[in-house]
Amino acid sequence: MINDLTLMLDSAMRLAAPLLFVAMGELIAEKAGTLNISVEGAMLSGAFAAVMGSSAFNSTVAGLFIGVGVGLFVGVVQAFLSHRLTVNQFVVGLTLNILALGLTSYLFASTRLQPQQFAIWRVPLLSRLPLIGEPLFVQRAPFFLIYILIPVVWFVLHRTRWGLEIQAVGENPQAADVTGIPVNRRRREAILIAGACAGLAGAFLSIGAIGGFSPNMTAGRGFIAIAAVIFGGWGIRGAVAGCLLFGFMDALRLALPALGYQIVPQLLIASPYLMAIATMLLFAKSQRQPRMLGIGFERRSV
Amino acid sequence: MTAASQESSPPTRRKPTEVLVSGATGDGALFAGLVLLAIIAALGVATVVLSLTNSPPGAAFRSMYDGSLGSVRSIVTTLNHTAPILLVAIGASIAGRASLVNIGQEGQFVMGATMGVVAGLWFPGPRPLVIVAVLLAAAVGGGAWSGIAAVLRQVSKVNEVITTLLLNFVAFALVSFLVNRPYLLQETLPPGTNDAPSPQTDPIRLAARLPVLVSGSGFRLHSGIVIAVILAILGGLVISRTVFGFRLRLFGHNPRAATRSGVNRHLYGSGALVLSGAFAGLAGGVLLSGVAFRVNPGLSNNYGWEGLLVALVAGFSPIVAIFVATLFGALRAGGGVLAATGVNSSIVGVVQALVVLAVMLPSLYMRRRRRLRQALLIVQTNSHSSDA
Repeated sequence: MINDLTLMLDSAMRLAAPLLFVAMGELIAEKAGTLNISVEGAMLSGAFAAVMGSSAFNSTVAGLFIGVGVGLFVGVVQAFLSHRLTVNQFVVGLTLNILALGLTSYLFASTRLQPQQFAIWRVPLLSRLPLIGEPLFVQRAPFFLIYILIPVVWFVLHRTRWGLEIQAVGENPQAADVTGIPVNRRRREAILIAGACAGLAGAFLSIGAIGGFSPNMTAGRGFIAIAAVIFGGWGIRGAVAGCLLFGFMDALRLALPALGYQIVPQLLIASPYLMAIATMLLFAKSQRQPRMLGIGFERRSV
Repeated sequence: MTAASQESSPPTRRKPTEVLVSGATGDGALFAGLVLLAIIAALGVATVVLSLTNSPPGAAFRSMYDGSLGSVRSIVTTLNHTAPILLVAIGASIAGRASLVNIGQEGQFVMGATMGVVAGLWFPGPRPLVIVAVLLAAAVGGGAWSGIAAVLRQVSKVNEVITTLLLNFVAFALVSFLVNRPYLLQETLPPGTNDAPSPQTDPIRLAARLPVLVSGSGFRLHSGIVIAVILAILGGLVISRTVFGFRLRLFGHNPRAATRSGVNRHLYGSGALVLSGAFAGLAGGVLLSGVAFRVNPGLSNNYGWEGLLVALVAGFSPIVAIFVATLFGALRAGGGVLAATGVNSSIVGVVQALVVLAVMLPSLYMRRRRRLRQALLIVQTNSHSSDA
């Protein structure tokens, strides 16, 4: 029983990790006021680029960097089009997602790759903890970046000038603009971070958790991460809890049939989205949402 | 075009009609030229991608041409692909004109098709009636699905972009649930077959299928394209020539001003969203009763996204969308043939996205230019009024 649970937690953490990477970046972007749906495309591109990079340089670390770099590049395109050229951000995101899906599938079909996979790291002592030791401290190497990323994102958002400006820009861009904060510049920076994080998530997925690429392998995980950010009420703790919960539900979906339980898998698939919608309803009154989320900013004479 | 430019416009108050019409007319030739240039540039990038992967671009484009426009058969395939894309685009244009962002067409599409299957399997009556019932049911299904987002928007001001996006995945899961349950919509195999039933519905009855206009060896043109084009022209006229369309655009440009001048905010806000969902659902119904005949969770197959992109490229004009949708339909049809020549057909998605990205830039340029001119106009009227 304990073994089953440990196994399940292990798979839950492995499934939650990419969500966590994406969600941390997406949280920053949304705090700054951009609902960055191109994270899905950035994640997919990152996954493919990591495989390609690891195959070309015969090194997983190089693959990871290239994955992050390509994710960052998707962020650059999104940021440039939506927050320098003022194209609608959803249009840009949607187009980039389609482009990423098409390009990665096409390149995957027309190139031959030898993907590498990160080794499993085992944290001494901690990994011997009962129940949670294995899930939390025995994972593929990039997994452990989570333990750095989450506190860093928290610190940056809440304890640095830049982070507070990010939040100001998402809440009241006009006021932020008047006080001299470059609104669209902060938003662009936030999108770049979201893109890089999504690239990292994709790289973890392809050359970490799975060890290869397949067309559309992210399969909407970027959107689940967006749902997790919303579900978490745009806070770090909430977003982390959302990712862990959704990762656990994914693990449940995979594990329950093997354990002999009958369950409606579709309900588990739909539940992240349903829960995100329900949370939005709940938080609609309490105004947890960044007030200018999804609304572009253009300086104008009022 | 924005609230600010109206507010800052001085004593000489212009009629709202002028504000809405200006820019829509004129400069057409320049814009068309820029768009053409952009599309050529996009195809150029696609060529580079093709040659980098050692696929001869010439042969690839040639087979795409053969597959989309080269023969009667391929033209028919193009038109059959165009119909659902165009229908989605009409709906997206309506929402877009009201400045609502509906990105849930994929989900609305499958929900519409699912409702259409229910009607197509069980609705009794003579053939024309059944077909109408299927299409209506599909529109209702799609409209109801976007209606959820509309209700959430009205009741507690939940952002419709997020809800429509998230509802896509709920719709896929719901349809997957329905077609995996033998007591719901999963297909029933004739007794005696040993195969397990697939996750799809039974095919709809013959009476529920769209009439075929032209058919020959290996192709059949169903009447979906006629429905789509008629609705596109009607939609274009409604948007540009009726009170409803005017109020819709007014609401889209400046909701506050629209409300002050008597436009019912709730009616037009939710109405546009529901209507756009209904068109996406109808598109699902047309695909169902024209080509697919049964529903599986993958039915939408990017038709929804593509329709939305078409509407965006066409600047939310259903009439322009007819041509853009044909282009996208042709790309789809060409992609089907491309796979046969050994080039992976995913390149079609790349070309589509590049075309969209390329077309964004000219429209952006036109908008800047228009805004500059408007600012100039305001300055001029200012100086005139101060002279007087």
